[in-house]
Amino acid sequence: MKLTDISGNINEWFDGTGPLADIVISSRIRLARNVAGHKFLSRCSAAEKSEILKKLRDTLMSLELGDKISYLSVDKTPLLGRHFLVERHLISRHHAFGKGPRGAVIAEREFFTAMINEEDHLRIQVLKGGCQLSQCAEQINHIDDMIEQKVDYAFSPRYGYLTACPTNLGTGIRVSVMLHLPALKMTGQIDKFLNATRDMGLAVRGLFGEGTEAAGDFYQISNQVTLGISESDIVSLFENAVIPEIVEYENAARNRLLSKEPDVLDDKISRAMALLRNAHLISSQEALFLLSHLRMGINMRERMGASTPAIKKLSELSDASRGTDKPEALSITTINRLFMLTQPAHLQLNYGKALGPERRDALRAEIIRSALNG
Amino acid sequence: MYCQNCQKNEATIHLTEITEGLRTETHLCEHCAQDEGIAVKSQLSINELLSNLLATQPSDDELFTDGKQNISCPHCGCTLEQFTKDAVLGCPYDYEVFEKSLSSLIKKAHNGKTTHCGKVPSKTSTDTKKQIELMKLRRDLEAAVQNEDYELAAELRDKINQREK
Repeated sequence: MKLTDISGNINEWFDGTGPLADIVISSRIRLARNVAGHKFLSRCSAAEKSEILKKLRDTLMSLELGDKISYLSVDKTPLLGRHFLVERHLISRHHAFGKGPRGAVIAEREFFTAMINEEDHLRIQVLKGGCQLSQCAEQINHIDDMIEQKVDYAFSPRYGYLTACPTNLGTGIRVSVMLHLPALKMTGQIDKFLNATRDMGLAVRGLFGEGTEAAGDFYQISNQVTLGISESDIVSLFENAVIPEIVEYENAARNRLLSKEPDVLDDKISRAMALLRNAHLISSQEALFLLSHLRMGINMRERMGASTPAIKKLSELSDASRGTDKPEALSITTINRLFMLTQPAHLQLNYGKALGPERRDALRAEIIRSALNG
Repeated sequence: MYCQNCQKNEATIHLTEITEGLRTETHLCEHCAQDEGIAVKSQLSINELLSNLLATQPSDDELFTDGKQNISCPHCGCTLEQFTKDAVLGCPYDYEVFEKSLSSLIKKAHNGKTTHCGKVPSKTSTDTKKQIELMKLRRDLEAAVQNEDYELAAELRDKINQREK
């Protein structure tokens, strides 16, 4: 698979559909595994790493996933390509900028990725749009079983699946959801929410995981504890307790904005529209935030029937990028598409060559203007 | 108590700072605190958690068995000191070799839990003896290659492939 085969498209999990997708952007489950009879990666020679890589690559490429799968040698992928894979949420930053022989196996529809020789020998993930943790769990469990038919995992009855870092012991599972919480931010409640989430023993991170900040009002929350609790209990905790509560808070904040501060809301949305439709230079940070406000406006229109003046105006705009003759109201899919494709590596990969920052900011603005102005 | 900044909203965030013996208190509402960029400190990173834990471990004498300093894992050569630096272990057997020190760290990292109760691999061939043998064979293979004893290396490679079936 060439990266440019997928770089022009919106990923399936980000197309704005899926249960509760106005707030729960996506669901992800990742499992950490190590092959038995080998050292963990920090003590492996390059030769042993290559051996592990080959073994896992062969196993993964032989899986029946109902989709075309491709192998990518991450250490041999040029820097721009690696940035692209991170932007796409296919590999972690740790994997992109790590050292030594390492690879990734990616399903064409991007719902499944495996990282080989990241922090553990193998990390597999399933990604779906909206709140679909049970579906992710079922799928990844099945894939894990298939891999385990061919490879022995390092496992002990006491500590479960053995991982390089003790913080991943036991189930080796990381359950996470990406949330869009613009209203909690606007009503000054985001820190309260962050504290409450941490009190529940959950980790809160920004758009790209560990060590990143919350850009564009996106927050990733995930479990911290992996030992002494079952996989299904963790999923259940998220689906039955954590997510419903957060969705309720964000919806309450959105309703509060609509009823008590419609001018503040409208102002944010109109300014976002004005800038996005007219600016000639937009940084990726700025694009994230402006698109976030648009996304909130559109979701309020579609999911809450909101019709403040600025939100009504959103309906009047035609969705030029859809390429149909009949003008259609601006959609979430378009917003998400703009968000994904105007990220730095996406821009350059689709343009066909590396670009300096100002050129990127100009190109980004151009793409957005043409999508929103028709 | 009203917010010191806007005087309108109730102050719900109370910040106490002590610098050089001087104590200052700030009382803000959520809005103003957010504007000021005063967020509650983000949670400890995994690395910090690990260093803190190991720093509060029992004395050195208790950590090392038989009073021997710096025990290292016979399978991969990893030491506890290495672990504090890297935040990752060297091989699955480190969990046994450093059991004493690791068990309290694991307990703290996992909310008091110490035993796995989730999925178990369906294959029963997670034979410890076999895995230890395999690791030894791999170590020997590396040594043979380093010593340029390629005949021995080939033999060991065959043995490894046999074992893995």
